[in-house]
Amino acid sequence: MTHQYPALTAEQKKELSDIALRIVAPGKGILAADESVGSMAKRLNQIGVENTEENRRLYRQILFSADSRVKKCIGGVIFFHETMYQKADDGTPFVQMIKDKGIVVGIKVDKGVVPLAGTDGETTTQGLDGLSERCAQYKKDGADFAKWRCVLKISDNTPSALAIMENANVLARYASICQQNGIVPIVEPEILPDGDHDLKRCQYVTEKVLAAVYKALSDHHVYLEGTLLKPNMVTPGHSCPTKYSPEEIAMATVTALRRTVPPAVPGVTFLSGGQSEEEASINLNAINTCPLMRPWALTFSYGRALQASALNAWRGQRDNADAATEEFVKRAEVNGLAALGKYEGSGDDSGAAGQSLYVANHAY
Amino acid sequence: MTHQFPALSPEQKKALSDIAQRIVASGKGILAADESVGTMGNRLQRINVENTEENRRAFREILFSSDASINQNIGGVILFHETLYQKDSSGKPFPALIKEKGIVVGIKLDKGTAPLAGTNGETTIQGLDGLAERCAQYKKDGADFGKWRAVLKITNTTPSQLAIQENANTLARYASICQQHGLVPIVEPEILPDGDHDLQRCQYVTEKVLAAVYKALNDHHVYLEGTLLKPNMVTAGHSYPKKYTPQDVAVATVTTLLRTVPAAVPGICFLSGGQSEEEASVNLNAMNQSPLPKPWKLTFSYGRALQASALAAWVGKSENKKAAQEAFRKRAQINSLACRGQYVVSGKTDTAATQSLFTASYTY
Repeated sequence: MTHQYPALTAEQKKELSDIALRIVAPGKGILAADESVGSMAKRLNQIGVENTEENRRLYRQILFSADSRVKKCIGGVIFFHETMYQKADDGTPFVQMIKDKGIVVGIKVDKGVVPLAGTDGETTTQGLDGLSERCAQYKKDGADFAKWRCVLKISDNTPSALAIMENANVLARYASICQQNGIVPIVEPEILPDGDHDLKRCQYVTEKVLAAVYKALSDHHVYLEGTLLKPNMVTPGHSCPTKYSPEEIAMATVTALRRTVPPAVPGVTFLSGGQSEEEASINLNAINTCPLMRPWALTFSYGRALQASALNAWRGQRDNADAATEEFVKRAEVNGLAALGKYEGSGDDSGAAGQSLYVANHAY
Repeated sequence: MTHQFPALSPEQKKALSDIAQRIVASGKGILAADESVGTMGNRLQRINVENTEENRRAFREILFSSDASINQNIGGVILFHETLYQKDSSGKPFPALIKEKGIVVGIKLDKGTAPLAGTNGETTIQGLDGLAERCAQYKKDGADFGKWRAVLKITNTTPSQLAIQENANTLARYASICQQHGLVPIVEPEILPDGDHDLQRCQYVTEKVLAAVYKALNDHHVYLEGTLLKPNMVTAGHSYPKKYTPQDVAVATVTTLLRTVPAAVPGICFLSGGQSEEEASVNLNAMNQSPLPKPWKLTFSYGRALQASALAAWVGKSENKKAAQEAFRKRAQINSLACRGQYVVSGKTDTAATQSLFTASYTY
């Protein structure tokens, strides 16, 4: 504990830090296009499209063919393994299409959740075996960042101390290995929105989880300036009867982060969880106009919240491809504005009306 | 772990947060005048003054009866128990004398070090017994903040895991108890400058210690917005042969803090350790001039570095009172400028010479 055995050279640190800053440059966020084959099945099912490799390829092509407008609002794209090695109709590898737009390529590296015996249905995440070799290969193949998702849930007796500690530890191991291979780790400790708990409960749990995550990262000698955090926003559970404003969500979220995320972390890229496209944008905007001081970039790493309209417009028809791409670009631009606190909403919410809700009863 | 049992009401939180903000308001820092009887003995011996209660009282009166304008530079004063109950020559209690200048009164709460058996001469701090009752009494008697000093040292084998964890834990217990009684806890995990280690080693150890401290504070449900941190600056050991510039110290220190201290903490008030008055001011100034982000106030909580000249001017003679006050006022003003990065060092220091050592091969 007393002597340092430096994990990274100065050059390695600089490279990681530069990558992280590029991803969360002002006004930019991440397109999470890393749905596994199983998750894509759900998405495609919803629009009546068969879950074939070709359909998955065609769909990702729609997203990756977006024009140069996305350069200002998308800093990184997260890929699933299969997608890293797919190509566009004209033979251009997807990885290259993304890099040609000046966007950083990322790769999902976890291998899903596994149960923690002796807990109330809690899980940890697997994927550490051979992770170093996989990272080295992905780096060669064009990836500069990675993502690993841990999952926690709020119920009467969860998350337990074991679940918090184990998930924090596995995230730290993953992060350490990534950095050894020139890959910026996105650390994702998702606390699910399922349940009827209120905003305060989510804030409390989020603070505990994030404190554990950052202690683990410190213990594992992870270089914070070369990482990103992908947390849930602090929200009430889906079945909570109380309604909260975007400003309350913003205050709770930013307060939780200010209490736990060291300022050295360059960016926080929120997951959208079960939020609708508009909700995710409005909340992100409120977060960026919150009166509390925010030392990190606060932006998006959205999957569904960037793709729902695009999927709907496409419905598996080649003729709809351009229209679908356009839907994606629109959401990307909206979220780029939200990341700057400049999104004024789709029309119904007046910005001024929103502001007045900041001073809430919720004592953070 | 999953349900919150709020430690503080919103009103209690606000009161604590307000006190903390007042202490570290722009340009203000802390006068650490809490030397124990034994430590005052050391100070007085150096100027050939007998260590009597009256002499201790007389010197503190000199400091506390400074012109009210000292409140532009001093936001808080830490007192030793004896001093809290002493009065000035007109019979006014010291707390009243200090408070009427709008300065917050603090009280040293720890009861010194105790050895940790089985370690290489390491210690923990005692003082938790009956601390709640003591805090309640001190609050009644005029104190609004507390201070507790934990001590760690750097050698080949220290600080050990136990020393770090045990000191972090006692600091968190102390902080929790303080807040229950309306006292803002100043958390002081001092890593001694003794030794021949380099700057990098001190930085590494400081990062580990502070990470442990903030994890412990989180575990103990301490309200960070109602605390202050009093750390050592990151410096090389006293016997390290090479000289580092104030800029080296500044970058190493601020980098360490960015990696470990949540933005919710309102202020960081450095201890001066063995530094000279000028050194302590110049280093603080360099930190505030550093281009690195600083989401917390960076200010001072100096003992020797604010009082050395005053003591030397006084030498126990009441006719030297004005000269002593002037010496104290001067240091207070200089440190106030240093808080804003506005201290222009006059005299022999060649800024050009010091600047050239800045981009060292030392990586942070």
